[in-house]
Amino acid sequence: MDFKLSPQEEAFRAEVRAFLDQNLPEGANKFDPRFLAEWNKKVRAKRWVGFSWPKEVGGGGGGIMEQVVLKEEMSKRKAPPLGVCFMGLAWVGPAIIQYGTEAQKQRFIPDILDGAYQWCTGYSEPSTGSDLAALQCKAVREGDSYVVNGQKIWTSIAMWSKWIILLVRTDPNAASKHDGITCLLVEMSTPGIEVRPIQNMSGGAMFAEVFFNDVRVPVENRLGAEGQGWQVTVSALQSERSSIAEVTAMYRKLEELQELAKRTQRNGQPAARDPRVRRQLAVFEAKIEAMKLNGLRALTLQLKGAPLSSETSINKLLRAELEVDMGDFALELLGSAAVYRSGTPETVDGGRWQTGALNWPEVVIGGGTPNIQKNIIAERILHLPKD
Amino acid sequence: MDFGFSEEQDLLRAEVRKLLDGRCALERVRKLMETGPGYDPDVWRELAELGWLGLTIPEAYGGAGLGWVDLVVLLQETGRSLFPSPLISTTLAAAAVLESRSEEQKQRWLPSLADGTRVGTLAFLEASDSFAPGAIALTGKPDGDAWLLTGEKRYVHDAGAANLFVVAFRTGGAATDLALAIVDAGAAGVTSAGFPTIDATKRLGTLKLEGARVPRSAVLGVPGAAWPAIERLLDLGAVAVTAELTGAAEAALAITTQYAKDRLQFGHPIGKYQGVKHPLAEMHVELESTKSLLYYAAWAVAESPGELPRSASLAKAFGSDAFTRIGIDGVQLHGAVGYTAEYDIQLYLKRAKWARPAFGDSDFHYERVARLGGL
Repeated sequence: MDFKLSPQEEAFRAEVRAFLDQNLPEGANKFDPRFLAEWNKKVRAKRWVGFSWPKEVGGGGGGIMEQVVLKEEMSKRKAPPLGVCFMGLAWVGPAIIQYGTEAQKQRFIPDILDGAYQWCTGYSEPSTGSDLAALQCKAVREGDSYVVNGQKIWTSIAMWSKWIILLVRTDPNAASKHDGITCLLVEMSTPGIEVRPIQNMSGGAMFAEVFFNDVRVPVENRLGAEGQGWQVTVSALQSERSSIAEVTAMYRKLEELQELAKRTQRNGQPAARDPRVRRQLAVFEAKIEAMKLNGLRALTLQLKGAPLSSETSINKLLRAELEVDMGDFALELLGSAAVYRSGTPETVDGGRWQTGALNWPEVVIGGGTPNIQKNIIAERILHLPKD
Repeated sequence: MDFGFSEEQDLLRAEVRKLLDGRCALERVRKLMETGPGYDPDVWRELAELGWLGLTIPEAYGGAGLGWVDLVVLLQETGRSLFPSPLISTTLAAAAVLESRSEEQKQRWLPSLADGTRVGTLAFLEASDSFAPGAIALTGKPDGDAWLLTGEKRYVHDAGAANLFVVAFRTGGAATDLALAIVDAGAAGVTSAGFPTIDATKRLGTLKLEGARVPRSAVLGVPGAAWPAIERLLDLGAVAVTAELTGAAEAALAITTQYAKDRLQFGHPIGKYQGVKHPLAEMHVELESTKSLLYYAAWAVAESPGELPRSASLAKAFGSDAFTRIGIDGVQLHGAVGYTAEYDIQLYLKRAKWARPAFGDSDFHYERVARLGGL
């Protein structure tokens, strides 16, 4: 056991810190569009956007440990994200790099790195959420095109995206439901696509329904082979498992909660003196620390060359619990004032705690519900029979 | 960055497992736990010969000279086997002597702790059942070149088997005016007794001192300034107990998972049903998280001592609660047979009950985490 970094990794950490000292000064307005434009240019020039991608496609060619260092330092300083095309960087890009044709790589990868426009993700359907592989949105080959008909739902930022990565059924008679699925890259302005935003329980509208009515997609926009869609999308999902950025963010939330507990009252004294409050905050700390250390154990396995496994499900479950419970606990600390929505003169801290307590489904449900994570652990790690 | 075990540590784990499976499998444990001393002196000697009793004692004093990460490997295996022995207690007594930094005292006690001829234990808690320094009432009075100790220790691990007690006693009025002394079980004014607990593989007991005479040469460190050393020993105790409970919890999960694969109801193995597989998945998450917290605490013992209080408390707090739940759910998922004496799962539930208060329960340790975090 050894938690020290190699001299090269330490040198890289120093480089990242020096960059942040220079380009993210104390008090910089991180929401100022001009500042963000400059920031994006600078991190792109450092090749820290798509840091783990191969250099040939314009990525940084960074190693696993360097990725961890970069994420950790960025997260510690609350830096703006590295790149703005969130889904493009998270999974569309990796899928194109792994399965795309040369032409597709040249057409899409530079735009993803530059953040030229947004991608959205068309996987879930009204009748297929957790059972994703049962999806029904169909595509029929007609000459040089696929004709797509069907519906997607829970498509985050569909209304602001230029492209969608889409899973469709091309072979309804395939032996297994996974085999009949194909992956298409579709321009959102194609005739026949209609987007209807869905309002969420905290009042915002980040996701949408997307309808496809005789939408023609050129065959050259198929990613991977016909029938390979499941493999294309699943294998591109995770390339680094330390969850270090999430952990740093969770620690920051905990500090905010601790600070809130010091300035709210319970039974005539600061809530931070109440034994139950103290215990609950310490329980959160234990779970966040466990996430951090679980991540480092998984990372160690990855560094030793072990294949990607289902261990991320462990931290996903811990994070789900933490997101829900910490959001809720903040409202408990606020007492009666917790019920005011943002915008009233009585609302504490502009309503941010209420928003936090209502926004967790984005993280907790998106990407697999906790119950699905439990199935994954039970079946793939404990080898219990599938149900 | 390497948060894993070395090849040597993997080998140690395999060796310990092989020995315990061969010499002290659960059928044997079930017999031993009902006998007088509660453990097998022959296996105890074998462990001594293999160097495992003195695993963390330096080679110069007859030990193996290994560290606490290695000890965790050993204790996870003794926990997994519910192996009954005063191994943790003796290791902590040796740690107390090592903390004293006196060459003469190390020479005097460590070799006999390493070779198993002495069984040591730490005597801290009293009737107040509190880990606060101010709770120590057992008092020492200077008398020439000795101290006269009077008072009573409770909940002393392996009190019946031990012949060497490391006793925390009061030297003055301030809360932390404390000292540590080595008290021989056979000395005048010393009475000890061990009792069975609901976990029959573990014994606890009392130590009564009535003007017991302890020479100054048997006082560890500077009298009145022992609190930092005591606090560290309590942290080491928490790490050691968490290591054993992690091994035991892993066995409990493995036994229950196997049962869920074998037991058929409604035409299928019950492990196919989400009502059964989800609790098992939750147990896995809690177990793996406990392991991570434990390994870091064990690493901190030597490599980052300043982090030990927080990391030991996080591990023991989280681990105690996790194992409590694993024990209960393990029995529950077995259905009626889980309630029988015949099935092994109940032995692990009882171990969870034993391990929870040992060196502090989750309320104690979470409160400490809150305090250390500035709340």
